[in-house]
Amino acid sequence: MTKAPSTITTGIEMSAAKRIAVVFRREFRSYFQTPLAAVFLVIFLFLAGFFTFNMGNFYERNNSDLRPFFEFHPWLYVFLVPAVSMRLWAEERRTGTIELIMTLPFGVSDLVIGKFLAAWAFTTLALSLTFPVWITVSWLGNPDHGTIVVAYIASALLGGAFLAVGSFVSALTKNQVIAFVLCAVACFVLLLAGFPAVLDYLRGWAPRGVVEGLASSSAFSHYDSMMRGVIDLRDLLYFLLVIAAFLVINVFTIDWKKSD
Amino acid sequence: MASRIVAKKLEKRFGHIHAVRGIDLEVPAGQVLGFLGPNGAGKSTTMRMITGFLEPTSGTVELEGISLADNPIAAKRTFGYLPEGAPAYPDMTVEEFLAFIAQARGFRGRDAKDRVERSIGRVNLQGVRKQAFETLSKGYKRRTGLAQALLHDPGILILDEPTDGLDPNQKFEVRELIKELGGDRAIVLSTHILEEVEAVCTRAIVINKGQIMFDGTPAEMEARAPREVTKNRMDHVFRMITTGDVADAKGGRR
Repeated sequence: MTKAPSTITTGIEMSAAKRIAVVFRREFRSYFQTPLAAVFLVIFLFLAGFFTFNMGNFYERNNSDLRPFFEFHPWLYVFLVPAVSMRLWAEERRTGTIELIMTLPFGVSDLVIGKFLAAWAFTTLALSLTFPVWITVSWLGNPDHGTIVVAYIASALLGGAFLAVGSFVSALTKNQVIAFVLCAVACFVLLLAGFPAVLDYLRGWAPRGVVEGLASSSAFSHYDSMMRGVIDLRDLLYFLLVIAAFLVINVFTIDWKKSD
Repeated sequence: MASRIVAKKLEKRFGHIHAVRGIDLEVPAGQVLGFLGPNGAGKSTTMRMITGFLEPTSGTVELEGISLADNPIAAKRTFGYLPEGAPAYPDMTVEEFLAFIAQARGFRGRDAKDRVERSIGRVNLQGVRKQAFETLSKGYKRRTGLAQALLHDPGILILDEPTDGLDPNQKFEVRELIKELGGDRAIVLSTHILEEVEAVCTRAIVINKGQIMFDGTPAEMEARAPREVTKNRMDHVFRMITTGDVADAKGGRR
């Protein structure tokens, strides 16, 4: 042991933005310290391509747009987003590092926001790596680039909404498998609530208000209209509200469950 | 000098379990407080309330005069904490982990690097600095946890079983380090090793069932053992206080 100098200091004060940045950097880097990042990126890109070209009849449609590509994103996200979000809090609790980060000079909201943004940056990175699809369609035809940009934004927002749900679910348990399954189910329900088949079924007997309420609270209908290139402030607001709401309950859940 | 740690009437209930029942604690600079008690006595729970990981059911904590409840982030800058089991991120190397702690403490660039270097040097982690935390032996994990707690040179150190899992040489080193640090800091450490209390602590507190049963110097604690007990006198007193089925100094039973 070397002689310890006896100067006493405390840490340096940071703004909330700086604290969030510290949390973000650690979390984002952690994806690349395990095979998770590589596995996720490969599977995401492979499936995105497979669905678009094989199941979406990309070529046979003879339309130069990316509808078949974006149509499958919600289903990809339903089981790939939970793979990213399941570890966010469950891992901290399993390894006991939650006690460490919660006694460092961070607020709970710094941790929740920093972690969420890191996960979102990661899924958005995966999404942005699908750019060759865009290049392909531009090369083959003359697509409406505005529509594609809006659809990309919609896809990123949908991923963000699912991640916020997943981050909250991850805070409920130490077990990552449970976190995965619960998140997948929750995202599936969030999507399915607005699915035409479900709504048609409900229209038969449920009160109109319930059906309409369900339709407007579903991620599917908001994604669907944005995917077609329509920017409606309500759709944007919907995704941002879902993200904010789940992050807020996430903060409370962590305070409540941290010591279990 | 004002106490660095002031905890008043700390209570903690987990549902029906009343884990901590009114603990008052003041630790001034220069004091090394040994926190003793059987498993489940409320040692870790008390430390978790002092560090703000757990919110007390009632009672207050002030660190360097800053209220933990009113200003948690500022209060959390004042101490270094080694949680039970010395947790860290398994995939990070020792160096990366300490660099993260330096950033979390607000240090940047050169300053952060110097802090990490000094911390590594203090607890002899040079040999494993590039190793992932999960590959380290228990002793190195514990030392990484200590390095993390010391990194910003806080005036308060709260160490939950700092020598658990260390071999006798490592235990000796950590005790020397704690003694050295003790000078102008307030240190609270929990342990099951009573000789450790005699070796490094200036004050001992024994808690049982969430209450303080003894508060004094290690010498005072030892003096409570009956004269006929010649070996492991501290152990005898510990059993006397926490189980009540061993004769105390007055010859009676508690």
